[in-house]
Amino acid sequence: MNNLVILPILIPLLMGVILIFFKDSKSVQRTVSVISVGLMIAVSAYLTYMVYTEGIQTTELGDWPAPFGIVLVADLLSSSLVALSSLLALVCLFFAYQTFSAERERNYFHPFFLFLMVGVNGSFLTGDLFNLFVFFEVMLISSFILISMGSKQYQLRESLKYVIINTVSSMFFVAAIAYIYGVTGTLNMADLAVKIGELEQTGVISVIAVLFLFVFGTKSAIFPLYYWLPHSYFAPPAAIAALFGGLLTKVGVYTIMRTYTLIFPHDQTVFQILLIFGGLTMFIGVLGAVSQFDFKRILAVHIVSQVGYMIMGVGIFTPLAIAGTFYFLAHNIIVKSALFLFAGVAEKITGTSHLKQMSGLLKTHPYVGWLFLITALSLAGIPPLSGFFGKFALIIAGFDAGNYFVIAVSLATGVLTLFSMMKIFMTSFWGEVKMPDPQAKDKKVGSLLIPILPLVALTILLGVAAEPFMQFSLELAEQLMDPSEYINSVLNKE
Amino acid sequence: MKNTPVQLHVITRIVAFIILAFSVFLFFAGHNNPGGGFIGGLMTAAALVLLYLSFDLKTIKRVIPFNYSKIIGAGLLIAILTGIVGMLFGFPFLTQFDEYYHIPLLGETHAASALPFDLGIYLVVVGFTLLVILTVAEDDS
Repeated sequence: MNNLVILPILIPLLMGVILIFFKDSKSVQRTVSVISVGLMIAVSAYLTYMVYTEGIQTTELGDWPAPFGIVLVADLLSSSLVALSSLLALVCLFFAYQTFSAERERNYFHPFFLFLMVGVNGSFLTGDLFNLFVFFEVMLISSFILISMGSKQYQLRESLKYVIINTVSSMFFVAAIAYIYGVTGTLNMADLAVKIGELEQTGVISVIAVLFLFVFGTKSAIFPLYYWLPHSYFAPPAAIAALFGGLLTKVGVYTIMRTYTLIFPHDQTVFQILLIFGGLTMFIGVLGAVSQFDFKRILAVHIVSQVGYMIMGVGIFTPLAIAGTFYFLAHNIIVKSALFLFAGVAEKITGTSHLKQMSGLLKTHPYVGWLFLITALSLAGIPPLSGFFGKFALIIAGFDAGNYFVIAVSLATGVLTLFSMMKIFMTSFWGEVKMPDPQAKDKKVGSLLIPILPLVALTILLGVAAEPFMQFSLELAEQLMDPSEYINSVLNKE
Repeated sequence: MKNTPVQLHVITRIVAFIILAFSVFLFFAGHNNPGGGFIGGLMTAAALVLLYLSFDLKTIKRVIPFNYSKIIGAGLLIAILTGIVGMLFGFPFLTQFDEYYHIPLLGETHAASALPFDLGIYLVVVGFTLLVILTVAEDDS
């Protein structure tokens, strides 16, 4: 029992509620938000360290014993993802302060930002399927509000689609939970792992596994279910788009990693399906990105393609593949948000996000250009940067498992990713200075770049010092592939 | 006002109090019997909505000058703090405690830490219901 596990959920919840009372005071809102996100970073970093040295930490809410009450479980995967998402929240918060209008900040932006973090951190930490659904809902409802805030016509139209699709998939989520409860009589994930291991592998389990795949696939935008994502992530302002692009789909990927390593690891068909859809997702996603001519849209469609890699990693299902998946997930959270923020900077300078209307940014704002280039190359997977090592591990794992076809697809996708990133760089950063706004040349954006710097530094660090991080990922993968430690720490009392 | 609905006003004045009293009864009945913060809150909200319906928005706003979004905040705060109190004594979050006391006049009384938690839920439900209904209603005028 360790109450530390609940703090990453409790801090933003409590602070968010307190902020409801200070709706009109901008300075209070800002300081309290920054303090609470800072606390979250500190707590989650300490929690990760604790899990790394002392093993999995759990807390039983309300002191009810494990298979009956709700447990929160922090293993290496969940605690490190909580730490990463808290860091990302801080970055996006600072970026939001410099780009948001006062009007937007007054309308409960901060409480819902913090409630979104409650949902994200809760989804990472919970050890109970129904509780996972609840935290998903907390996250989704906050994201509905953040995405539609501002009420532009385009924004409202796209957020309506986003709301409907997510609500439908939540309905299926509850149905799937009801099925699995009907079959096993429990919703505690560790208990489910034990019970499903004892059951004969029947068709019902496969059906439930595929139903869960449908639900998490919608949330994480895999191949036939991704169509909502590019438009709805295009609608909100850069700071929110960066947070969504970096985090929300990754929560879906996390749940896929968690459920398929812990609850359904025996079902070979599901892993075949994951491999096929992973391949399709990355290829079709990148084709979408190649055909776009808008800074933010290219990035949004790219999310789909990157999710494909992670799904492929889970589908290969060897320790190295899971380690690669985690590495790629961490890399993607950092890089994708950084790119969205760069899109925000470019839009701030030029007043447009359409590639054909801006060019020559490198001449007027060289720092923006070069920092963007580093991040874009990292996304494409060019060696000394973080993107390379994640893909490298995935590809080696794929070769070892003999999945040559999907590996070929992923390599082709990598080339196309590089192409689409270079398209952004060449059209908007290179060439003659040409911008719709005549004063664009003299706009100072140095202070906007400061929040992005930690992300750029992290992607370089993850690449240059890949050895210790890969070691950490391998340890994390071992913990996931052998769920006995997880199960024991949840079900056995000390 | 030409058509003042006299019957409605008279009946509302009586019925609203009956509903309010019953909602308080339901709120305290909770925890061991059917009832509790959620049902009690909904019923209080129903009584208040009845008032808003039969009189008009401005009159009731003068009588009940509360900011409902602040009420939601207060409710959430009470509920969370109830959970945190247990943490201060080294128990997990949301651990509940209860004890039976003998109080003169009331007899054997069940004091449970679930009660303040329920109060939080009560406030959230009342605040939320009225906030939603009034926002939609105000949109029209």
